[in-house]
Amino acid sequence: MTQAIKDYAVFVGRCARKTLDGDWRYYLWMTALTAVSLLGLNAYCKQLVAGLTVTGMSDQVSWGLYIANFTFLVGMAAAAVMLVVPVYVYKDETLHDVVIFGELLAVAVIVMCLLFVTADLGRPDRFWHMIPGIGKFNWPISMLSWDVIVLNGYLALNVQISGYLVYMVYLKRKPAKIWYIPFVFIAMFWAISIHTVTAFLYVGLGGRPFWNSAIVAPRFLASAFTAGPGFLILTLQVIRRLSSYKVTDKALFMLRDIVQVSMIINVFLLLCELFKEFYTDSAHVASAKYLFFGLHGHYGLVPWIWTAMVLDSAALILLVLPFSRRLRYLSLACVLAIVGIWIEKGMGMVIPAFIPSPLGEIVEYFPTLNEWLICAGIWGFGMLLYTILLKMTIPVLTGQLTPRESAAMNIESKTVWHGNFRDAA
Amino acid sequence: MSEERKPGEPANEISRRAFLAALTTSAVTATAAALSPLKDVVDLPTLEEFLRLHYKELTPEDKKAILERIAAQVEKDYGVRPNVTDPPPIPGVEFGYALNIGRCIGCRKCVYACAKENNQSRNPQIQYIRVLQMRKGSIDVESAKTDYEGEVPKDGFYYMPVQCHQCRKAPCVKACPVQATWQEPDGIVVIDYNWCIGCRYCMAACPYGARRFNFEKPEIPKDELNPEMGYLSNRPRPKGVVEKCHFCLHRTRKGKYPACVEVCPTGSRKFGNLLDPDSEIANIIKTKRVYVLKEEVGTLPRFYYYFNL
Repeated sequence: MTQAIKDYAVFVGRCARKTLDGDWRYYLWMTALTAVSLLGLNAYCKQLVAGLTVTGMSDQVSWGLYIANFTFLVGMAAAAVMLVVPVYVYKDETLHDVVIFGELLAVAVIVMCLLFVTADLGRPDRFWHMIPGIGKFNWPISMLSWDVIVLNGYLALNVQISGYLVYMVYLKRKPAKIWYIPFVFIAMFWAISIHTVTAFLYVGLGGRPFWNSAIVAPRFLASAFTAGPGFLILTLQVIRRLSSYKVTDKALFMLRDIVQVSMIINVFLLLCELFKEFYTDSAHVASAKYLFFGLHGHYGLVPWIWTAMVLDSAALILLVLPFSRRLRYLSLACVLAIVGIWIEKGMGMVIPAFIPSPLGEIVEYFPTLNEWLICAGIWGFGMLLYTILLKMTIPVLTGQLTPRESAAMNIESKTVWHGNFRDAA
Repeated sequence: MSEERKPGEPANEISRRAFLAALTTSAVTATAAALSPLKDVVDLPTLEEFLRLHYKELTPEDKKAILERIAAQVEKDYGVRPNVTDPPPIPGVEFGYALNIGRCIGCRKCVYACAKENNQSRNPQIQYIRVLQMRKGSIDVESAKTDYEGEVPKDGFYYMPVQCHQCRKAPCVKACPVQATWQEPDGIVVIDYNWCIGCRYCMAACPYGARRFNFEKPEIPKDELNPEMGYLSNRPRPKGVVEKCHFCLHRTRKGKYPACVEVCPTGSRKFGNLLDPDSEIANIIKTKRVYVLKEEVGTLPRFYYYFNL
């Protein structure tokens, strides 16, 4: 047992060393991400000292950008499952070789989610009150306690699956089904659950009519299954350009199918919601009115939501037309959809529920620079983490990193250092 | 790098190491710079505070020590020796509140009495009671104003003060992930300021906008500090936690009225034991036209509005 742990540690260590290999572009990328992360850390330290007063939040709008980003990212993490399902349920091998990248994305993104929640806490020093068994966990009553469990569980599942499968590739051994198949299937349901629970966080509040709608969970899933695979389409193209890892066009276009269908459903569900709000035209339409058209002379979110609507529509049109069978247009559609959904789920979903307040006050929310910096920092750190995970994994998957320490490998890794790391192939 | 270095290593291997060393040095320096704001931290929790158990798991000795610690801290910060107590709920008592909407003139005396009684932060201002100026003929809160100024009452308006409704089915209690807020046997929904993690989910859950968050360290003038303090009520709060109306439990559990009831010049505010059939509050509910705010949300408030016919 100890030997096994030692071997695994050696494996992780050798993979970690691979993160130092790269050309100047790689170092520039990593330096930039580190710089952004540190800017965010600096902003967070300021917040820690002064309190959440450095944000644009108020008693009326008590959640802001942090929770908005958190909501969006939970969806991104859940989307990894959309790669797993075709492979393991329908035995369609098209996406087989890229499943691992989805799972690594889930790992990095869940870490970002946890960071965003931590950034939002007024008393991060009391985080341990949330640890089951040690603290005083309000489970199963509080939806937030469910969220803590499902997010950390999902992180553990994805670490286990990707950590095990990559290790087996490294050892050139056939993975034992017992060590990953059950986890893969649990993770499938778990992925749906993380986003459903996050939706229920909002849905369960009777005092916020804007959220108190059964359609929120399906909407969240549809938008997640657009943005997540969309992000992977972009990532996979970068991977195949910069490394020797083969990603087929077929895999990318299968992801296009997923993004396409999800985007159609997403827009449809959005229209359903809008119909209900505006046609009924009850007192409960106030938040939606504020969001789309402004209320009593306050228009804070109007530019945001219409930007999202334009981006969503453009992405939808591109995706359903044959244009997007060309990668350039597909990538464009993905970028548009990701940004559009980020706004729609963040500024367009979290904030308007607070405006007007339950007592009818209109207090608008404008994020501060410090808040933006913290968000940028967490995004930068997440990208950094994902890049590191990819850099550790790809050499194993391409067979460049094996347990044998042959002379050939040394030459190889030096080649990597000299030129760009594509030459290593 | 040991496995990659072999005898006769090329020169660029050395430059690579120099490069990595330089990179590491600059990363460490940059991280230190990023962390530098932390040197101004003044309110770090002590180890005792950090490791403290949940209120309901404290022994009487623990509680005594904590009350003593709070008293010492207050004395240090404000130069006043407070009397910090933790009065328990009285058996057979369920508190209820009734507000005569026909009599309230919107003077906001309750708002300021509450702030003073409960050691609320003056900067930034935290107030538990919000008085809505409503247009006669409308119960739509959206057309109400809370920032009205000048002489009151104004023609064509009536006034509806709102504070924590101490709901029987309190959504905030359900929301809290760490049980930092709960309902006491006398119906008061309390918060342990030493347990709250500041996630503000309770604020999102509250249909009455009753909860306030300490976005920064509260500021109370030394000479305005109320030294009669309850653990679950008006002791000074730290930064980063939620607070709200608690029916002045440090007073009401000792047989006094809440500060807002005492100060109201029109007698619009009534308070008492719902379980006592002879109490004024029970009588009002029996005989007056009574309603609760946002009945459709189903939270069953213990705070009633009424009017005379």
